[in-house]
Amino acid sequence: MPLFILASIVVAIVIFILMRLPGIEYLFVAGYTIVQYIVLSTAWNILGGYCGYVNFGSAAFFALGAYSTVTLATFGLQLDELVPESMAPYFHLIFPLPIPVLIVIGGIVSGIVGFGTGYLTLRLRGAFFAIATLALSVVLATLVVNWDFVGGSGGAYVVRPGKFPGLGSYMQYLFLLMLGLAVLSVVLARWIERSRLGYGFAAIRDDELAAEASGVPTLRLKLIATTLSGALMGMAGAPFPYYIGYLAPASAFGLEYAVNSIAMPLIGGTTNWIGPVIGTILLGTLQQVTTVTISSAVNVLLVGVLLIAFVIIAPNGIVGLVQERLRARRQK
Amino acid sequence: MDFPFELLINAVVAGLLLGAFYAAVTAGISISFGMLDIVNIGHPAFIILGSYIAYYFNINYHIDPIVTCLILSPIFYFLGTAIYQVYYLSFEKRGQQSLRGLAFFFGVLFVTEVLLLLAFGVDYRYVATSYIGPSIHVGFVDLPLRMLVPCIGSLILFGGLQLFISHTFTGRAVLAVSQDQLALQLMAVDPIRIKRIAFGVSIAVAAMAGAFLIIIQPVEPSVGREYIGRVFAICVLGGMGSMPGTLIAALLLGVIESITATFYGPSWAPAVSFGVLLLTLAFRPSGILGR
Amino acid sequence: MTALLSVQNVGKRFGGFVALDGINLEVQPGERLGLIGPNGSGKSTLVNCICGTLRNEQGSVHFDGQLMNGLAAHERTHRGLSRSFQLPRPFPSLTLADNLRIPMLYTVHHRNGTPLHADNIDARCHELLQMVDLEKKARHLPRDLTQVEMRKLELARAMAAEPKLLIADEAMAGLSHSEIEDILALLMRLNESGITVIMIEHIMTAVMAFSQRLAVLVSGKKIADGKPEDVVRDPDVVRAYLGE
Repeated sequence: MPLFILASIVVAIVIFILMRLPGIEYLFVAGYTIVQYIVLSTAWNILGGYCGYVNFGSAAFFALGAYSTVTLATFGLQLDELVPESMAPYFHLIFPLPIPVLIVIGGIVSGIVGFGTGYLTLRLRGAFFAIATLALSVVLATLVVNWDFVGGSGGAYVVRPGKFPGLGSYMQYLFLLMLGLAVLSVVLARWIERSRLGYGFAAIRDDELAAEASGVPTLRLKLIATTLSGALMGMAGAPFPYYIGYLAPASAFGLEYAVNSIAMPLIGGTTNWIGPVIGTILLGTLQQVTTVTISSAVNVLLVGVLLIAFVIIAPNGIVGLVQERLRARRQK
Repeated sequence: MDFPFELLINAVVAGLLLGAFYAAVTAGISISFGMLDIVNIGHPAFIILGSYIAYYFNINYHIDPIVTCLILSPIFYFLGTAIYQVYYLSFEKRGQQSLRGLAFFFGVLFVTEVLLLLAFGVDYRYVATSYIGPSIHVGFVDLPLRMLVPCIGSLILFGGLQLFISHTFTGRAVLAVSQDQLALQLMAVDPIRIKRIAFGVSIAVAAMAGAFLIIIQPVEPSVGREYIGRVFAICVLGGMGSMPGTLIAALLLGVIESITATFYGPSWAPAVSFGVLLLTLAFRPSGILGR
Repeated sequence: MTALLSVQNVGKRFGGFVALDGINLEVQPGERLGLIGPNGSGKSTLVNCICGTLRNEQGSVHFDGQLMNGLAAHERTHRGLSRSFQLPRPFPSLTLADNLRIPMLYTVHHRNGTPLHADNIDARCHELLQMVDLEKKARHLPRDLTQVEMRKLELARAMAAEPKLLIADEAMAGLSHSEIEDILALLMRLNESGITVIMIEHIMTAVMAFSQRLAVLVSGKKIADGKPEDVVRDPDVVRAYLGE
């Protein structure tokens, strides 16, 4: 395990150095999206792939993180009006909050909402949880649209500083943070897979009744999974307002988050930490290319068609195809 | 004092008209999700598809949307049976419906939406018929024909479905599928065939609901998403597959939505159905008529 | 002597249908009890109420001196109550060895309060698979198993939780004569090692060969309980099985 952590960090550093070499800023802009999807799809997979519970509300958890940031940033800007004068100097000491702190806060907020949603619906059949997560996106989006403090339907501007000391551009700093989150989520996913928790998740996915009979506390484990998964999604969303500069409900709650975070693990393979990573890199790259060369509608269509094709033809994704091939060769 | 009262009555009446239409929209889901245990979250996509086909024939050949969709529904029936066949072979048979089956319908929803977007664009589309525009006035109550016609059509459709389920052999077999597949097999009825027929019917009903939808409101490709929350809220609230329960729940939701939109503004409306759904799931998962 | 399992006045309804109507049943430590009854008589419902898969609205279940009412199924497993399912329910994506690992990780670990050593787990998996003649298939998935092997895996998984009481719910239905002998011998060996066994079965020869005591359920009521040879001669039981 320590070796894996070390290896992931080394890989992340190498990626970062290689991307700096050509001196093209756009690489970081495009790369950020892909790395962000590594976090989202890995987070989705902890609940979806490991436990078998479908979350259609990735966008909601992501947006919760993003809007936590917007709320705190707006609060920071309006400090003098919102806080009693005597307290203001203390608040000025900590505001504006640094992004790593915002990431932690976004994670906590989304984690709590994940826990709450799970607590209310996970006693019921799996399909109800899926439908409830879908409902959650719409309810939260409506709340945000009607909440003027964070800009309502018009959206809110978040000013991104131009430079970050030591790295040059602020975009590179954001990219580096997201890369760190990706390392964190992949390490977490791999750790879960090999731990007692992972075996419990697999038992739940396979047969909940049999899992209970074997002593697995299914409800508690499912709640752990929804909380972890939600928290990671919120963490991925927290830096997003700084990345995009202007956050509107339509972009934060975009359906593409829900679709991509489902499609990427299912196409890559859901039983293994590497599956979502492979799916994200393939699909993310493909999307970057099609968005630039054709149109974003076509790219979304492509994801949908690939998703349908994979769940029908290759239910265990690319990793599953490779495993089958290897098993067949071994048995020859 | 007089004014809010009239407003309230009008809101309730509009809600009931809307609610009857919601019942027709949900009828398909009550069959597929409530009775067959197929979580077809792609259902609204078929409704929107029906709306767009009705739109196409209305604009180009001036055909009434209800007529178009009556002719369309047998085609949708076969589309439905084909989709069930794929679903059965790919997911149900392999026992993978809970994760991959859901993802499949999600993909269907998504692909349909984007295809409509590419074909018709993001603009709202509407139809032109003689009954869009005029209203009947009963006292201070407004009954717009564009709401009344779909309401009556929906009630006829809904009643027809209820008769089909309670009075035909196939219909009763559909009910039996939801309770005891083994008993059906003992009666030499193939449960897969029954499910295929029932799923076909649910999609055929979606075509009709599509016609009503585009009469009631202009349609754009992503409208379907709003209906996901609505149909599942009504289905769960109605007690999963109970037709009378579905009708009551639909009328209830229609009225709540209409009152919310009238008194708090339409921007809150989307949260109503989903909020009701979340509350129902949390506190009353067996529905209003449930034990 | 205090009973290991004590079921008192347990009742369960499904809507208007009374599935269990005031059942009383005691099982002593080390006993081999046979539980029989026609289809739909409530045997499986009783097992589900004892194991916590279903909640009984009426009456109480005590196990090992503790009240089980309100405890979830996994908590009852932690306290030493194990069951096999009538239709085998293996974890299909896990290998046979990993199937057995689940109860060890979650039940034995919980009971001991300390993590099991990886080597101990492997050794115990091997031992259990050997007990049911499946050690050669340790790395296979359940889909590679035959019907009888599936039943054996089901029993091995129940045993992996190191229970005090094992409830074998129709572990032999649909098996051939020699396969029944196999499973019967296995259950006998388990009982000799000190585990109390409740066997729910339709196959009368197996029940008679196995049970020290026999209880009979008919339409949610217990109509007989006693020595097997007496019970099968009981006129009520004969009537229930052969019709009026």
